[in-house]
Amino acid sequence: MNDFPILSVMLAVPALAAVACLYSGAERARWIALGATLVNLALGVLLWVNFDLSASAPQWQFSEYAPIFGQFAWALGIDGIALLLIMLSVFLMPICIGASWTAIQKRVPEYMALFLIVEVLMIGTFAAQDLLLFYVFFEAGLIPMYLIIGIWGGANRIYASYKFFLYTLLGSVLMLIAMIYMAVTAGTTSIPALMEYDFPAGVQTWLWLAFFASFAVKVPMWPVHTWLPDAHVQAPTAGSVILAGVLLKLGGYGFIRFSLPMFPEASADFTWLVFALSAVAVVYTSLVALVQSDMKKLIAYSSVAHMAIVTIGLFAFNQQGLEGAMIVMLSHGLVSGALFLCVGVIYDRLHTREIARYGGLSTNMPKYAVLFLLFTMASIGLPGTSGFVGELLSLMGAYQVSTWVALICGTGVILGAAYMLYLYRRVAMGELVHDDVKAMPDLNRREMWLLAPIAAVVLWMGVYPESFMAPMRADIATLVERLDRAKPDGDSRPTEARADAVAAQAQRIEAAQNTQAAHGEAH
Amino acid sequence: MSWSANLAMTLPEIILSVGAMVLLIVGVWGGPASTRAVSITSVFVLAGASLALVGPASTGGVAFDGLYYADGFAGFAKLLIFIAAAVSIVIAPRFFQRTSGENLRPEYPVLILLSAAGMGIMVSAGDLITLYMGLELQSLAAYVLASFMRRDNRSAEAGLKYFVLGALASGILLYGISLVYGFSASTDFRTIAAVYGEAAASGERNLGLLFGLVFVFAGLAFKISAVPFHMWTPDVYEGAPTPVTAFFASAPKVAAVALAVRVAVDAMGPALIEWRQIVIFAALASIILGAVAAIGQTSIKRLLAYSSINNIGFVLIGLAAGTAEGVAAVLFYLVVYVVMTLGSFIVVLQMRREDGQPVETIASMAGMSRTRPGLALAMAIFMFSLAGIPPLLGFNAKLAVFTAAVNAGLYPLAVAGVVASVIGAFYYIKIVKVMYFDDPAPAFAGKTPMVEGGLITASAILVSPIGWALLAPLGVWTAFAAQALF
Repeated sequence: MNDFPILSVMLAVPALAAVACLYSGAERARWIALGATLVNLALGVLLWVNFDLSASAPQWQFSEYAPIFGQFAWALGIDGIALLLIMLSVFLMPICIGASWTAIQKRVPEYMALFLIVEVLMIGTFAAQDLLLFYVFFEAGLIPMYLIIGIWGGANRIYASYKFFLYTLLGSVLMLIAMIYMAVTAGTTSIPALMEYDFPAGVQTWLWLAFFASFAVKVPMWPVHTWLPDAHVQAPTAGSVILAGVLLKLGGYGFIRFSLPMFPEASADFTWLVFALSAVAVVYTSLVALVQSDMKKLIAYSSVAHMAIVTIGLFAFNQQGLEGAMIVMLSHGLVSGALFLCVGVIYDRLHTREIARYGGLSTNMPKYAVLFLLFTMASIGLPGTSGFVGELLSLMGAYQVSTWVALICGTGVILGAAYMLYLYRRVAMGELVHDDVKAMPDLNRREMWLLAPIAAVVLWMGVYPESFMAPMRADIATLVERLDRAKPDGDSRPTEARADAVAAQAQRIEAAQNTQAAHGEAH
Repeated sequence: MSWSANLAMTLPEIILSVGAMVLLIVGVWGGPASTRAVSITSVFVLAGASLALVGPASTGGVAFDGLYYADGFAGFAKLLIFIAAAVSIVIAPRFFQRTSGENLRPEYPVLILLSAAGMGIMVSAGDLITLYMGLELQSLAAYVLASFMRRDNRSAEAGLKYFVLGALASGILLYGISLVYGFSASTDFRTIAAVYGEAAASGERNLGLLFGLVFVFAGLAFKISAVPFHMWTPDVYEGAPTPVTAFFASAPKVAAVALAVRVAVDAMGPALIEWRQIVIFAALASIILGAVAAIGQTSIKRLLAYSSINNIGFVLIGLAAGTAEGVAAVLFYLVVYVVMTLGSFIVVLQMRREDGQPVETIASMAGMSRTRPGLALAMAIFMFSLAGIPPLLGFNAKLAVFTAAVNAGLYPLAVAGVVASVIGAFYYIKIVKVMYFDDPAPAFAGKTPMVEGGLITASAILVSPIGWALLAPLGVWTAFAAQALF
């Protein structure tokens, strides 16, 4: 298994399928795309199953290496963090294809080909182990997304596509110069090597800022988030799903893979900046979301608020914060993707995203209302759903560094409940007043197949998050260890633990372990 | 050194000049009927000249007592020039055939051959006089080419403008040469370099040498159409017949840049600090002006003219580094630039109305992705590549020059250049937007001929990710060529 270049195969399958799509008719292109994404999902499962979780396992697995020119190499490999994000991508991809099955009628082969290329680039970004290879994948994603928004988008798509392209490009080019500098100074473009390389603190500041320019736009952080609502509103449903589900994660992934381990001192110095921007984002974008009349825009703003929870978790410099941030990223990828699908479902029927045009859907679309409610609750962070686990951990981590920021961001949960429940009330509750809304049929089988798997995973992540935390635990621990030297002093002053309570707890754990061991022997 | 060894080193230029003269006679006797034969033969002449590069012509060293350098650098640049010139000949016949008025005449390939000979001399120049000779031979042929459609007002205007401004630039250059000669008492590059070296070592500022340097660079900036000497470019590119524009945007650019590199490194290397300021200014000004001025253009040819100004700015960033790595990056950039530019111009060649007349407005490209999907895809690849978006090769070219700049410690230059490249990206993606997002305009008439279609496909494949396979050998080759100067 170890010699099989599974990551390259995962890149090759959609790439070849994309070419095949271009030479097919509409119907065949759909099936090719679905087939290729399902094959990739299967490969992803294989990847996860074969991912070595034992304590002695190497940090980087499934590594591949082939030099291209100079120091630049085709170097792939994943750790637990990348594994989970790759899983997220391959999981959402077939759903995106399914969501576009009937909604996209013009230029289907090109559409499918572009989506498959997006998949290649996303997997490549997460799997790249070479600085420049990462940049190539990271940046190349602009081309297909630009075309997807521009060709299949809504009325104002051209403005949105320009804004998306230029905003993200401006952020990334500064990162490119920083990467060149790093490659020149450190003499290597290998990401694992650079993660252990210590740049002087003064240099780190500049490099950190250059990377921040790119990732802050991608995440997106307030105040450079304005491209997101535009892009989301104009993009076709599947485009929004992939944008919210995976492309926003590139920013968070960038922080966790580059900014934090490569520039720990600078990250500590700029923690206040990240915290301040995130705190503003949580409150501000939540309030903005509250007054939206367009469903997609509302969810887009809620994305900004959720991603702010991710950034505070990342810059908490401790295990809880980082793990929480990762879980929020995964959860948000699923939940906001699902919410965009929910919007897409009713948009396909009525062709409007105006909240006021709906109402009372729970009467004539009960299945839809149940699933929509589940995702609404997950977005709020109700216990038992994935959102809760991530937000709780993230805020716990942040609390240890700054109680004030944790307090302000904690309001995001309350505000989130406000705008999401308000949305749900206006869409699903109340009387059915509009005749055309009354005539809307409930979810068909295809739509069920799109939403049900996401719902299952959301609940799985909420009830048993260990499956998702186990692969990344060791990697996060390594990162925390590396960050330890720069760790900022927290302002939280937890009270001293009571010695007898601690002892009692230890006893209980021991007792439980004994029973388990006894069980094990009995079997 | 023996006479025959000298001739062996200059073999490519000899082949070109003799070929041009013979074909001129054939053209005069045969008249317009001989156009086809002359065109085909001249492509073979260029191929012969390229073959002649193997051997002493690219490895021989110094010929004619320092007047002429036959080194790897010259060989690399010449190969690129000859290929671009051959493409310009190949794409011409159909354009003139279908355009009312002037037909293609045998003078066209002959002029390109003469121009190519001039460019060969330029990139091999080891002496200010050789430099001037080559430059003028190239330019005079180019002036005639610009006004090749004699009864077309715009073409005639382009030729006249090019001639007047070109003559002015030559005057500036010649004045600079005379100053350099006056203060260094030599026209030989190595002697001049020694004099500049002494001046730099003594620490005293020699105003005469400095002024000479400034004027020489001003003259060269005109030839590579770097800001602030770029004004002729959009007008000439727009007015000249499209195949000629494709030629102007490719081969002479390569020659002029290679010449500038040679003068900067070989003749004025010790004055790096002085000329670097000029180059940095020209680079940033070209990038920014090339990007900003292109935004409002409605003609694709004018837009590509500004794009070439913009690209020259990036090339100059590599030169500003002043290192062997920087020169290698310049050469690499030129290769990618020539492929992208020729490809885009051949796409522009396909844009014609029902009656066969060429159209040049960007608006007419609307919805091209539906009327001519293949053509639109190729153009989109060229545009994204020109914008420097990975994984297209335009990105690698920019990466190379920026790496050289960072390695030379020019951080502010690299940051300013890369930020300005985002402005440029705007108008490149605007073309993509017009082709892909807008509702279709009337489709262009006619089918893409085999040869031109093949050239477009080849260049699109070269700049696409498939072209990455060439990066490693190209990297070795450009590094070898650049090493010849240091």
